[in-house]
Amino acid sequence: MVEKEKKEGKKSRRDFLNILLSGGFIAWLGAVIYPLISYLRPPQIEVVKVNSVNIGKVTNMEKDSGKIIKFGNDPVIVIRLADGEYRAFSASCTHLDCIVQYRQDYGQIYCACHNGRYDLHGRNISGPPPAPLAKYEIAIKNDEVTVYKPSV
Amino acid sequence: MKESITKKIFNALNERFQLDNLISFLKHKSVPKYRNTIWYYFGGISLLLFIVQVTTGILLIMYYKGSEDLAYESIKFINTKVSFGWLIRSIHSWSANLMILAIFIHMFSVYFLKAFRKPRELTWYTGVILLFLSMGFGFSGYLLPWDELAFFATKVGTDIAGQLPLVGDFLLKLLRGGEDVTGATLSRFFGLHVALLPGIFVVFLTMHLIVIQRQGMSEPEEWKNKKESEKETIPFFPNFAVHDLLIWLIVINILAILATFFPWELGPKADAFASAPVGIKPEWYFLFMFQTLKYIPAKVWFIEGELLGIFTFGLAGLLWVLVPFWDSKTPKGKKNKIINYVGIFVISFIIIFTIIGYLLD
Repeated sequence: MVEKEKKEGKKSRRDFLNILLSGGFIAWLGAVIYPLISYLRPPQIEVVKVNSVNIGKVTNMEKDSGKIIKFGNDPVIVIRLADGEYRAFSASCTHLDCIVQYRQDYGQIYCACHNGRYDLHGRNISGPPPAPLAKYEIAIKNDEVTVYKPSV
Repeated sequence: MKESITKKIFNALNERFQLDNLISFLKHKSVPKYRNTIWYYFGGISLLLFIVQVTTGILLIMYYKGSEDLAYESIKFINTKVSFGWLIRSIHSWSANLMILAIFIHMFSVYFLKAFRKPRELTWYTGVILLFLSMGFGFSGYLLPWDELAFFATKVGTDIAGQLPLVGDFLLKLLRGGEDVTGATLSRFFGLHVALLPGIFVVFLTMHLIVIQRQGMSEPEEWKNKKESEKETIPFFPNFAVHDLLIWLIVINILAILATFFPWELGPKADAFASAPVGIKPEWYFLFMFQTLKYIPAKVWFIEGELLGIFTFGLAGLLWVLVPFWDSKTPKGKKNKIINYVGIFVISFIIIFTIIGYLLD
Protein backbone atom coordinates (compact mmCIF):
# COMPACT_ATOMS: atom_id res chain seq x y z
CA MET A 1 0.00 0.00 0.00
CA VAL A 2 2.69 2.42 1.10
CA GLU A 3 4.84 1.26 -1.78
CA LYS A 4 2.05 1.91 -4.23
CA GLU A 5 1.40 5.39 -2.90
CA LYS A 6 5.06 6.19 -3.19
CA LYS A 7 5.02 5.07 -6.77
CA GLU A 8 2.00 7.18 -7.54
CA GLY A 9 3.58 10.15 -5.86
CA LYS A 10 6.63 9.75 -8.02
CA LYS A 11 4.51 9.48 -11.11
CA SER A 12 2.51 12.61 -10.35
CA ARG A 13 5.69 14.59 -9.73
CA ARG A 14 6.88 13.59 -13.15
CA ASP A 15 3.47 14.43 -14.60
CA PHE A 16 3.64 17.82 -12.97
CA LEU A 17 7.02 18.52 -14.53
CA ASN A 18 5.78 17.30 -17.89
CA ILE A 19 2.75 19.56 -17.74
CA LEU A 20 4.92 22.49 -16.69
CA LEU A 21 7.40 21.92 -19.50
CA SER A 22 4.92 21.24 -22.27
CA GLY A 23 2.70 24.06 -21.02
CA GLY A 24 5.66 26.41 -21.09
CA PHE A 25 6.55 25.24 -24.57
CA ILE A 26 3.01 25.77 -25.84
CA ALA A 27 2.89 29.24 -24.26
CA TRP A 28 6.21 30.06 -25.93
CA LEU A 29 4.91 28.79 -29.25
CA GLY A 30 1.84 30.98 -28.87
CA ALA A 31 4.02 33.98 -28.08
CA VAL A 32 5.91 33.40 -31.32
CA ILE A 33 3.03 32.45 -33.59
CA TYR A 34 0.57 35.17 -32.54
CA PRO A 35 2.79 38.13 -33.54
CA LEU A 36 3.80 36.23 -36.67
CA ILE A 37 0.23 35.76 -37.88
CA SER A 38 -0.69 39.34 -36.98
CA TYR A 39 2.36 40.56 -38.88
CA LEU A 40 1.36 38.61 -41.97
CA ARG A 41 -2.14 40.12 -42.01
CA PRO A 42 -1.70 43.31 -44.06
CA PRO A 43 -2.98 46.45 -42.36
CA GLN A 44 -6.11 48.04 -43.81
CA ILE A 45 -5.19 50.86 -46.14
CA GLU A 46 -7.89 53.49 -46.27
CA VAL A 47 -9.25 54.17 -49.74
CA VAL A 48 -10.87 57.44 -50.63
CA LYS A 49 -14.51 56.69 -51.34
CA VAL A 50 -15.59 57.64 -54.83
CA ASN A 51 -19.23 58.10 -55.76
CA SER A 52 -18.96 59.59 -59.21
CA VAL A 53 -16.37 60.09 -61.91
CA ASN A 54 -16.57 62.67 -64.68
CA ILE A 55 -15.27 61.29 -67.97
CA GLY A 56 -15.49 64.44 -70.08
CA LYS A 57 -17.55 65.59 -73.02
CA VAL A 58 -20.08 63.41 -74.79
CA THR A 59 -18.15 63.75 -78.03
CA ASN A 60 -14.91 62.54 -76.43
CA MET A 61 -15.80 58.91 -77.06
CA GLU A 62 -16.49 57.59 -80.49
CA LYS A 63 -19.69 55.75 -81.18
CA ASP A 64 -19.42 51.94 -81.02
CA SER A 65 -16.45 51.95 -78.65
CA GLY A 66 -15.55 51.22 -75.03
CA LYS A 67 -12.91 52.20 -72.50
CA ILE A 68 -11.85 51.34 -68.98
CA ILE A 69 -11.90 54.10 -66.37
CA LYS A 70 -10.67 54.25 -62.76
CA PHE A 71 -13.55 54.41 -60.35
CA GLY A 72 -11.71 54.75 -57.05
CA ASN A 73 -9.94 51.40 -56.83
CA ASP A 74 -12.35 49.65 -59.19
CA PRO A 75 -12.10 49.40 -62.95
CA VAL A 76 -15.28 50.34 -64.76
CA ILE A 77 -16.01 49.82 -68.47
CA VAL A 78 -17.82 52.65 -70.24
CA ILE A 79 -19.38 51.81 -73.59
CA ARG A 80 -20.82 54.16 -76.17
CA LEU A 81 -23.24 52.24 -78.34
CA ALA A 82 -23.57 52.72 -82.10
CA ASP A 83 -26.63 54.94 -81.54
CA GLY A 84 -24.66 57.18 -79.19
CA GLU A 85 -26.08 55.89 -75.91
CA TYR A 86 -23.69 55.57 -72.95
CA ARG A 87 -23.61 52.56 -70.62
CA ALA A 88 -21.25 51.59 -67.78
CA PHE A 89 -20.57 48.35 -65.95
CA SER A 90 -18.10 46.99 -63.48
CA ALA A 91 -15.14 45.85 -65.61
CA SER A 92 -14.22 42.94 -63.31
CA CYS A 93 -15.33 39.69 -64.87
CA THR A 94 -17.55 37.77 -62.48
CA HIS A 95 -15.67 34.58 -63.31
CA LEU A 96 -12.11 35.17 -62.07
CA ASP A 97 -11.73 38.92 -61.80
CA CYS A 98 -10.02 39.62 -65.15
CA ILE A 99 -10.79 42.98 -66.74
CA VAL A 100 -13.27 42.78 -69.60
CA GLN A 101 -13.22 44.74 -72.90
CA TYR A 102 -15.69 45.98 -75.51
CA ARG A 103 -15.47 44.02 -78.76
CA GLN A 104 -16.71 45.91 -81.79
CA ASP A 105 -16.66 42.78 -83.94
CA TYR A 106 -18.98 40.90 -81.55
CA GLY A 107 -20.91 43.91 -80.35
CA GLN A 108 -20.44 42.38 -76.90
CA ILE A 109 -18.44 42.71 -73.75
CA TYR A 110 -15.73 40.10 -73.83
CA CYS A 111 -13.33 38.66 -71.28
CA ALA A 112 -10.07 37.52 -72.90
CA CYS A 113 -9.00 35.28 -70.02
CA HIS A 114 -11.52 32.49 -70.57
CA ASN A 115 -13.75 33.61 -73.45
CA GLY A 116 -16.50 34.96 -71.23
CA ARG A 117 -19.13 37.04 -73.00
CA TYR A 118 -21.69 39.55 -71.78
CA ASP A 119 -24.30 41.37 -73.80
CA LEU A 120 -24.53 45.16 -73.80
CA HIS A 121 -26.72 45.07 -70.71
CA GLY A 122 -23.97 43.30 -68.80
CA ARG A 123 -25.77 39.94 -68.79
CA ASN A 124 -23.54 36.90 -68.96
CA ILE A 125 -24.51 35.09 -72.16
CA SER A 126 -21.74 32.61 -72.89
CA GLY A 127 -18.59 31.13 -71.42
CA PRO A 128 -17.75 30.64 -67.74
CA PRO A 129 -19.00 33.88 -66.10
CA PRO A 130 -21.56 32.91 -63.44
CA ALA A 131 -23.27 36.29 -62.97
CA PRO A 132 -23.92 39.56 -64.82
CA LEU A 133 -21.64 42.58 -64.50
CA ALA A 134 -22.75 45.17 -61.96
CA LYS A 135 -24.36 48.13 -63.65
CA TYR A 136 -23.16 51.72 -63.14
CA GLU A 137 -25.36 54.72 -63.86
CA ILE A 138 -24.69 57.43 -66.43
CA ALA A 139 -25.78 61.03 -66.22
CA ILE A 140 -25.27 63.54 -69.02
CA LYS A 141 -25.48 67.18 -68.01
CA ASN A 142 -24.28 70.14 -70.06
CA ASP A 143 -22.66 67.73 -72.50
CA GLU A 144 -20.54 66.22 -69.71
CA VAL A 145 -20.70 62.50 -69.00
CA THR A 146 -20.60 61.35 -65.37
CA VAL A 147 -20.50 57.75 -64.14
CA TYR A 148 -22.31 57.08 -60.86
CA LYS A 149 -22.14 54.26 -58.42
CA PRO A 150 -25.40 52.29 -58.68
CA SER A 151 -27.78 53.38 -55.95
CA VAL A 152 -28.63 50.21 -54.05
CA MET B 1 -1.27 2.50 -30.68
CA LYS B 2 0.25 5.91 -31.19
CA GLU B 3 3.70 4.58 -30.61
CA SER B 4 3.27 1.84 -33.13
CA ILE B 5 2.32 4.38 -35.80
CA THR B 6 5.41 6.49 -35.16
CA LYS B 7 7.41 3.31 -35.17
CA LYS B 8 5.89 2.28 -38.49
CA ILE B 9 6.71 5.66 -40.00
CA PHE B 10 10.22 5.41 -38.63
CA ASN B 11 10.68 1.92 -40.02
CA ALA B 12 9.38 2.97 -43.42
CA LEU B 13 11.78 5.92 -43.53
CA ASN B 14 14.61 3.85 -42.11
CA GLU B 15 14.16 1.26 -44.83
CA ARG B 16 14.55 3.94 -47.47
CA PHE B 17 17.10 6.30 -45.97
CA GLN B 18 19.05 4.12 -43.50
CA LEU B 19 18.34 6.36 -40.54
CA ASP B 20 20.20 3.85 -38.35
CA ASN B 21 23.46 5.16 -39.76
CA LEU B 22 22.52 8.69 -38.83
CA ILE B 23 21.49 7.65 -35.34
CA SER B 24 24.65 5.69 -34.68
CA PHE B 25 26.61 8.66 -36.03
CA LEU B 26 24.84 10.97 -33.61
CA LYS B 27 25.39 8.48 -30.80
CA HIS B 28 29.12 8.40 -31.40
CA LYS B 29 29.57 12.10 -31.89
CA SER B 30 30.96 13.61 -28.73
CA VAL B 31 32.21 16.91 -27.40
CA PRO B 32 35.33 17.10 -25.24
CA LYS B 33 34.54 18.01 -21.66
CA TYR B 34 37.06 20.31 -20.02
CA ARG B 35 37.38 23.88 -18.83
CA ASN B 36 36.94 25.33 -22.33
CA THR B 37 33.79 23.42 -23.32
CA ILE B 38 31.74 26.62 -23.02
CA TRP B 39 33.35 28.03 -26.17
CA TYR B 40 31.99 25.12 -28.21
CA TYR B 41 28.51 26.65 -27.99
CA PHE B 42 29.23 29.82 -29.93
CA GLY B 43 29.12 28.23 -33.38
CA GLY B 44 25.64 26.97 -32.58
CA ILE B 45 24.62 30.40 -31.30
CA SER B 46 25.82 31.98 -34.56
CA LEU B 47 23.80 29.41 -36.48
CA LEU B 48 20.68 30.12 -34.43
CA LEU B 49 21.01 33.85 -35.04
CA PHE B 50 21.49 33.22 -38.75
CA ILE B 51 18.22 31.27 -38.76
CA VAL B 52 16.55 34.19 -36.97
CA GLN B 53 17.96 36.51 -39.65
CA VAL B 54 16.59 34.41 -42.48
CA THR B 55 13.14 34.16 -40.87
CA THR B 56 12.77 37.82 -39.95
CA GLY B 57 14.37 38.83 -43.25
CA ILE B 58 11.75 36.94 -45.23
CA LEU B 59 9.05 38.60 -43.12
CA LEU B 60 10.51 42.06 -43.75
CA ILE B 61 10.64 41.56 -47.52
CA MET B 62 6.86 41.15 -47.47
CA TYR B 63 6.46 44.87 -46.78
CA TYR B 64 9.81 46.39 -47.72
CA LYS B 65 10.08 48.31 -50.99
CA GLY B 66 13.61 48.62 -52.34
CA SER B 67 13.49 51.94 -54.14
CA GLU B 68 14.76 55.43 -53.47
CA ASP B 69 11.26 56.90 -53.14
CA LEU B 70 9.65 54.11 -51.18
CA ALA B 71 12.32 52.41 -49.03
CA TYR B 72 12.17 54.87 -46.13
CA GLU B 73 8.38 55.09 -46.25
CA SER B 74 8.01 51.32 -46.32
CA ILE B 75 10.18 50.95 -43.20
CA LYS B 76 8.09 53.63 -41.55
CA PHE B 77 5.01 51.70 -42.58
CA ILE B 78 6.44 48.51 -41.07
CA ASN B 79 7.33 50.38 -37.88
CA THR B 80 4.00 52.11 -37.40
CA LYS B 81 1.21 50.40 -39.35
CA VAL B 82 1.99 46.68 -39.56
CA SER B 83 1.15 44.88 -36.34
CA PHE B 84 4.36 43.76 -34.63
CA GLY B 85 6.26 45.21 -37.58
CA TRP B 86 8.47 47.25 -35.23
CA LEU B 87 9.27 44.03 -33.35
CA ILE B 88 10.23 42.05 -36.45
CA ARG B 89 12.46 44.87 -37.69
CA SER B 90 13.98 45.35 -34.24
CA ILE B 91 14.71 41.63 -33.93
CA HIS B 92 16.31 41.62 -37.39
CA SER B 93 18.62 44.51 -36.49
CA TRP B 94 19.53 43.26 -33.02
CA SER B 95 20.00 39.70 -34.16
CA ALA B 96 22.32 40.92 -36.93
CA ASN B 97 24.55 42.57 -34.35
CA LEU B 98 24.45 39.64 -31.94
CA MET B 99 25.24 37.28 -34.84
CA ILE B 100 28.39 39.21 -35.74
CA LEU B 101 29.35 39.28 -32.05
CA ALA B 102 28.77 35.53 -31.70
CA ILE B 103 30.83 34.86 -34.83
CA PHE B 104 33.66 37.03 -33.47
CA ILE B 105 33.65 35.14 -30.17
CA HIS B 106 33.43 31.83 -32.04
CA MET B 107 36.38 32.79 -34.23
CA PHE B 108 38.61 33.98 -31.41
CA SER B 109 37.86 30.91 -29.29
CA VAL B 110 38.72 28.66 -32.24
CA TYR B 111 41.89 30.70 -32.71
CA PHE B 112 43.05 30.46 -29.10
CA LEU B 113 42.10 26.79 -28.80
CA LYS B 114 44.13 26.24 -32.01
CA ALA B 115 41.22 24.38 -33.54
CA PHE B 116 42.29 25.72 -36.96
CA ARG B 117 45.33 23.41 -37.06
CA LYS B 118 45.56 20.41 -39.35
CA PRO B 119 43.20 18.77 -40.35
CA ARG B 120 40.73 21.60 -39.75
CA GLU B 121 42.15 24.30 -42.04
CA LEU B 122 39.13 24.17 -44.33
CA THR B 123 36.76 24.68 -41.41
CA TRP B 124 38.78 27.77 -40.47
CA TYR B 125 38.86 29.21 -44.00
CA THR B 126 35.16 28.69 -44.62
CA GLY B 127 34.44 30.15 -41.18
CA VAL B 128 36.43 33.32 -41.85
CA ILE B 129 34.69 33.66 -45.21
CA LEU B 130 31.37 33.38 -43.38
CA LEU B 131 32.45 36.21 -41.07
CA PHE B 132 33.34 38.42 -44.04
CA LEU B 133 30.04 37.57 -45.71
CA SER B 134 28.22 38.45 -42.49
CA MET B 135 29.95 41.82 -42.44
CA GLY B 136 28.85 42.21 -46.07
CA PHE B 137 25.31 41.45 -44.93
CA GLY B 138 25.67 44.09 -42.22
CA PHE B 139 27.06 46.69 -44.59
CA SER B 140 24.49 46.14 -47.34
CA GLY B 141 21.56 45.79 -44.95
CA TYR B 142 22.47 49.01 -43.20
CA LEU B 143 21.61 51.05 -46.30
CA LEU B 144 18.18 49.54 -46.90
CA PRO B 145 16.13 51.77 -44.53
CA TRP B 146 17.49 54.72 -46.55
CA ASP B 147 17.83 57.01 -43.57
CA GLU B 148 20.50 59.63 -42.95
CA LEU B 149 22.96 57.36 -41.13
CA ALA B 150 22.53 54.60 -43.70
CA PHE B 151 23.22 57.01 -46.53
CA PHE B 152 26.44 58.43 -45.08
CA ALA B 153 27.72 55.07 -43.83
CA THR B 154 27.41 53.75 -47.37
CA LYS B 155 28.99 56.89 -48.83
CA VAL B 156 32.04 56.53 -46.56
CA GLY B 157 32.26 52.75 -46.90
CA THR B 158 32.13 52.72 -50.67
CA ASP B 159 34.49 55.70 -50.80
CA ILE B 160 37.11 53.67 -48.92
CA ALA B 161 36.77 50.92 -51.52
CA GLY B 162 37.18 53.60 -54.18
CA GLN B 163 40.60 54.61 -52.85
CA LEU B 164 42.22 51.33 -53.75
CA PRO B 165 44.79 51.74 -56.54
CA LEU B 166 43.92 50.42 -60.03
CA VAL B 167 40.62 48.72 -59.17
CA GLY B 168 39.26 51.46 -56.87
CA ASP B 169 37.34 53.42 -59.45
CA PHE B 170 35.80 50.32 -60.96
CA LEU B 171 34.91 48.94 -57.52
CA LEU B 172 33.31 52.20 -56.43
CA LYS B 173 31.08 52.36 -59.50
CA LEU B 174 30.32 48.67 -59.23
CA LEU B 175 29.12 49.10 -55.65
CA ARG B 176 27.31 52.39 -56.13
CA GLY B 177 25.83 51.71 -59.55
CA GLY B 178 27.17 55.11 -60.63
CA GLU B 179 29.34 57.95 -59.37
CA ASP B 180 27.28 58.66 -56.24
CA VAL B 181 25.18 56.87 -53.68
CA THR B 182 21.71 56.99 -55.23
CA GLY B 183 18.65 54.83 -55.75
CA ALA B 184 20.84 52.71 -58.04
CA THR B 185 23.05 51.89 -55.03
CA LEU B 186 19.98 50.97 -53.02
CA SER B 187 18.81 48.55 -55.73
CA ARG B 188 22.25 46.92 -55.87
CA PHE B 189 22.55 46.61 -52.11
CA PHE B 190 19.05 45.21 -51.86
CA GLY B 191 19.86 42.53 -54.42
CA LEU B 192 23.15 41.83 -52.68
CA HIS B 193 21.48 41.57 -49.29
CA VAL B 194 18.55 39.34 -50.17
CA ALA B 195 19.80 37.26 -53.10
CA LEU B 196 23.53 37.18 -53.80
CA LEU B 197 24.92 37.09 -50.25
CA PRO B 198 22.39 34.56 -48.89
CA GLY B 199 23.14 32.27 -51.84
CA ILE B 200 26.91 32.38 -51.30
CA PHE B 201 26.51 32.24 -47.53
CA VAL B 202 24.48 29.03 -47.64
CA VAL B 203 27.13 27.34 -49.80
CA PHE B 204 29.93 28.16 -47.36
CA LEU B 205 27.79 27.40 -44.33
CA THR B 206 26.99 23.97 -45.75
CA MET B 207 30.68 23.30 -46.36
CA HIS B 208 31.53 24.55 -42.87
CA LEU B 209 28.96 22.27 -41.24
CA ILE B 210 29.79 19.22 -43.36
CA VAL B 211 33.51 19.32 -42.58
CA ILE B 212 32.73 19.72 -38.89
CA GLN B 213 30.46 16.66 -38.91
CA ARG B 214 32.99 14.70 -40.95
CA GLN B 215 35.91 15.40 -38.61
CA GLY B 216 34.17 15.63 -35.28
CA MET B 217 34.80 18.17 -32.57
CA SER B 218 38.31 19.49 -32.16
CA GLU B 219 40.07 18.21 -29.06
CA PRO B 220 42.24 20.40 -26.86
CA GLU B 221 45.99 20.44 -27.46
CA GLU B 222 46.86 18.86 -24.15
CA TRP B 223 44.85 15.75 -25.04
CA LYS B 224 47.30 14.78 -27.70
CA ASN B 225 49.14 12.28 -25.52
CA LYS B 226 46.12 11.09 -23.56
CA LYS B 227 44.65 7.63 -23.98
CA GLU B 228 41.11 7.39 -25.33
CA SER B 229 39.90 6.13 -21.96
CA GLU B 230 41.30 9.13 -20.13
CA LYS B 231 39.45 11.61 -22.32
CA GLU B 232 36.30 12.91 -20.76
CA THR B 233 33.58 13.66 -23.30
CA ILE B 234 29.88 14.45 -23.41
CA PRO B 235 27.73 12.69 -26.00
CA PHE B 236 26.56 15.18 -28.59
CA PHE B 237 23.10 13.66 -28.64
CA PRO B 238 21.16 14.16 -26.47
CA ASN B 239 23.37 15.75 -23.78
CA PHE B 240 25.18 18.46 -25.70
CA ALA B 241 22.17 19.09 -27.93
CA VAL B 242 19.98 19.73 -24.88
CA HIS B 243 22.56 22.16 -23.50
CA ASP B 244 22.62 23.75 -26.92
CA LEU B 245 18.85 24.11 -26.84
CA LEU B 246 18.95 25.67 -23.40
CA ILE B 247 21.56 28.19 -24.51
CA TRP B 248 19.53 28.95 -27.64
CA LEU B 249 16.57 29.67 -25.39
CA ILE B 250 18.68 32.06 -23.32
CA VAL B 251 19.95 33.80 -26.47
CA ILE B 252 16.39 34.13 -27.81
CA ASN B 253 15.36 35.67 -24.50
CA ILE B 254 18.23 38.16 -24.59
CA LEU B 255 17.29 38.99 -28.17
CA ALA B 256 13.62 39.46 -27.24
CA ILE B 257 14.51 41.75 -24.33
CA LEU B 258 16.84 43.88 -26.46
CA ALA B 259 14.40 44.07 -29.38
CA THR B 260 11.44 44.96 -27.16
CA PHE B 261 12.97 47.42 -24.74
CA PHE B 262 15.47 49.00 -27.10
CA PRO B 263 13.59 49.05 -30.42
CA TRP B 264 15.78 49.88 -33.39
CA GLU B 265 15.50 53.49 -34.47
CA LEU B 266 14.84 55.04 -37.84
CA GLY B 267 16.55 58.39 -38.46
CA PRO B 268 15.44 61.16 -40.80
CA LYS B 269 15.17 60.23 -44.47
CA ALA B 270 18.39 60.29 -46.49
CA ASP B 271 19.06 63.55 -48.28
CA ALA B 272 21.98 63.77 -50.70
CA PHE B 273 22.16 67.55 -50.15
CA ALA B 274 22.18 67.61 -46.34
CA SER B 275 25.29 67.78 -44.13
CA ALA B 276 26.44 64.61 -42.44
CA PRO B 277 25.08 64.50 -38.87
CA VAL B 278 27.58 65.22 -36.07
CA GLY B 279 28.91 62.13 -34.30
CA ILE B 280 28.17 59.79 -37.18
CA LYS B 281 29.72 56.37 -36.69
CA PRO B 282 29.75 53.09 -38.56
CA GLU B 283 28.38 49.92 -36.99
CA TRP B 284 30.51 48.80 -34.04
CA TYR B 285 32.15 45.96 -35.95
CA PHE B 286 33.61 48.41 -38.43
CA LEU B 287 34.37 51.06 -35.83
CA PHE B 288 37.89 49.94 -34.85
CA MET B 289 39.02 50.19 -38.47
CA PHE B 290 37.23 53.51 -38.96
CA GLN B 291 38.80 54.90 -35.78
CA THR B 292 42.31 53.78 -36.75
CA LEU B 293 42.00 55.52 -40.11
CA LYS B 294 41.36 58.77 -38.25
CA TYR B 295 44.78 58.59 -36.54
CA ILE B 296 46.84 57.97 -39.65
CA PRO B 297 48.22 61.26 -40.99
CA ALA B 298 47.23 62.34 -44.48
CA LYS B 299 50.63 61.41 -45.85
CA VAL B 300 53.12 58.96 -44.43
CA TRP B 301 56.42 59.41 -46.26
CA PHE B 302 55.12 59.29 -49.83
CA ILE B 303 52.08 57.04 -49.35
CA GLU B 304 48.56 58.34 -48.81
CA GLY B 305 47.48 57.80 -45.19
CA GLU B 306 44.13 56.22 -46.02
CA LEU B 307 45.74 53.85 -48.45
CA LEU B 308 48.35 52.83 -45.89
CA GLY B 309 45.58 52.08 -43.40
CA ILE B 310 43.58 50.04 -45.89
CA PHE B 311 46.65 48.06 -46.92
CA THR B 312 47.71 47.44 -43.33
CA PHE B 313 44.27 46.13 -42.43
CA GLY B 314 44.15 44.10 -45.63
CA LEU B 315 47.51 42.53 -44.92
CA ALA B 316 46.70 41.90 -41.25
CA GLY B 317 43.39 40.32 -42.25
CA LEU B 318 45.14 38.11 -44.80
CA LEU B 319 47.74 36.95 -42.25
CA TRP B 320 44.94 36.24 -39.79
CA VAL B 321 43.08 34.11 -42.32
CA LEU B 322 46.25 32.25 -43.27
CA VAL B 323 47.20 31.35 -39.68
CA PRO B 324 47.16 27.57 -40.41
CA PHE B 325 50.05 28.26 -42.84
CA TRP B 326 52.39 30.25 -40.67
CA ASP B 327 51.72 28.41 -37.45
CA SER B 328 54.33 25.73 -37.99
CA LYS B 329 54.90 24.77 -34.37
CA THR B 330 51.45 23.67 -33.22
CA PRO B 331 51.08 20.87 -35.74
CA LYS B 332 54.34 19.39 -34.42
CA GLY B 333 52.86 19.27 -30.96
CA LYS B 334 54.87 22.18 -29.62
CA LYS B 335 53.34 25.16 -27.90
CA ASN B 336 53.30 28.21 -30.08
CA LYS B 337 53.18 31.22 -27.81
CA ILE B 338 53.39 33.68 -30.71
CA ILE B 339 49.90 32.62 -31.79
CA ASN B 340 48.55 33.59 -28.39
CA TYR B 341 50.43 36.90 -28.34
CA VAL B 342 49.15 37.80 -31.79
CA GLY B 343 45.61 36.87 -30.76
CA ILE B 344 45.78 38.90 -27.56
CA PHE B 345 47.17 41.85 -29.49
CA VAL B 346 44.40 41.68 -32.09
CA ILE B 347 41.64 41.39 -29.48
CA SER B 348 43.06 44.26 -27.41
CA PHE B 349 43.46 46.38 -30.53
CA ILE B 350 39.85 45.79 -31.58
CA ILE B 351 38.47 46.41 -28.09
CA ILE B 352 40.57 49.51 -27.37
CA PHE B 353 39.87 51.20 -30.68
CA THR B 354 36.17 50.35 -30.48
CA ILE B 355 35.98 51.94 -27.02
CA ILE B 356 37.95 54.98 -28.17
CA GLY B 357 35.59 55.24 -31.13
CA TYR B 358 32.61 55.39 -28.82
CA LEU B 359 34.05 57.61 -26.10
CA LEU B 360 35.95 60.17 -28.12
CA ASP B 361 34.37 62.33 -30.80
